[in-house]
Amino acid sequence: MNEIIGLTLLIIGISFDVVGCIGLVRLPDIYNRLQAATKCVTLGTCMILLSVVFYTGFNSIGVKALLCIWFVLISSPTGAHAIARAAHRSGIRLWEGSIMDKYADDREGTEDIA
Amino acid sequence: MKRFVHFLLLFGIWLLLTWSLHWQDLLAGGIIALIAHVMLGDIYPVNAVKILNPVRFFWLVVYGVTFFSYMVKANFDVAYRVLNINMPIRPGIVKVRTRLKTDMARTFLANSITLTPGTLTVDCVDDHLYIHWINIVSDDPNKETEIIVQHFEKLLERVFE
Repeated sequence: MNEIIGLTLLIIGISFDVVGCIGLVRLPDIYNRLQAATKCVTLGTCMILLSVVFYTGFNSIGVKALLCIWFVLISSPTGAHAIARAAHRSGIRLWEGSIMDKYADDREGTEDIA
Repeated sequence: MKRFVHFLLLFGIWLLLTWSLHWQDLLAGGIIALIAHVMLGDIYPVNAVKILNPVRFFWLVVYGVTFFSYMVKANFDVAYRVLNINMPIRPGIVKVRTRLKTDMARTFLANSITLTPGTLTVDCVDDHLYIHWINIVSDDPNKETEIIVQHFEKLLERVFE
């Protein structure tokens, strides 16, 4: 029974990861790509780790997988935030089809031209 | 006392990761937890213990369930946009206001926003969050705040403030 649950979660997780990778290739600029990479890959990876917990049971491997879920949930959005902010600060513009960029508008006055 | 809690927390995580009670593992864990505690102890939130209050803990659980449902929704949202031939996106960076005051609550809010449908936190300046939104539906700042921030803000206010 646990094996069936584990394998199902594994399949779901891998399909989310695949969607995230397709998004990484298809979407136009770095910010949109980060969106796909962060959301899909985080949930996909958490699902794969959860499937490990179901598959092996609650022993040393399972506990490590549970801890890794927590670490991924904390570090993945923080990393995405750091990359997006660094990209914007180093002058990478948004895609031409973008509607607005309040961040650039607000920073224009204070910005030292790099 | 509160610093000691921090050390115990680090040591506990070490024990779970190694999953062994051999004296060499315990010694290495003690040394590493001590180093991490000395280096990073000052950024540990001193009043984090108040999360053990049952009322706050209940709202933390409610927040966890809400967060998970939004996260699943976010994944289907991204899948829909990525797999669609026409790619229905209208991206841009918007500015929203938050009522939350403590650093801890703001960190959780920013991370939750990043993992929910179509939004990515870019920066946090004073009371304002700059958010990259993949599909902007309105130009009115109040409405944006309502859509992006409020469902988490209410819960996090009860948990952390």
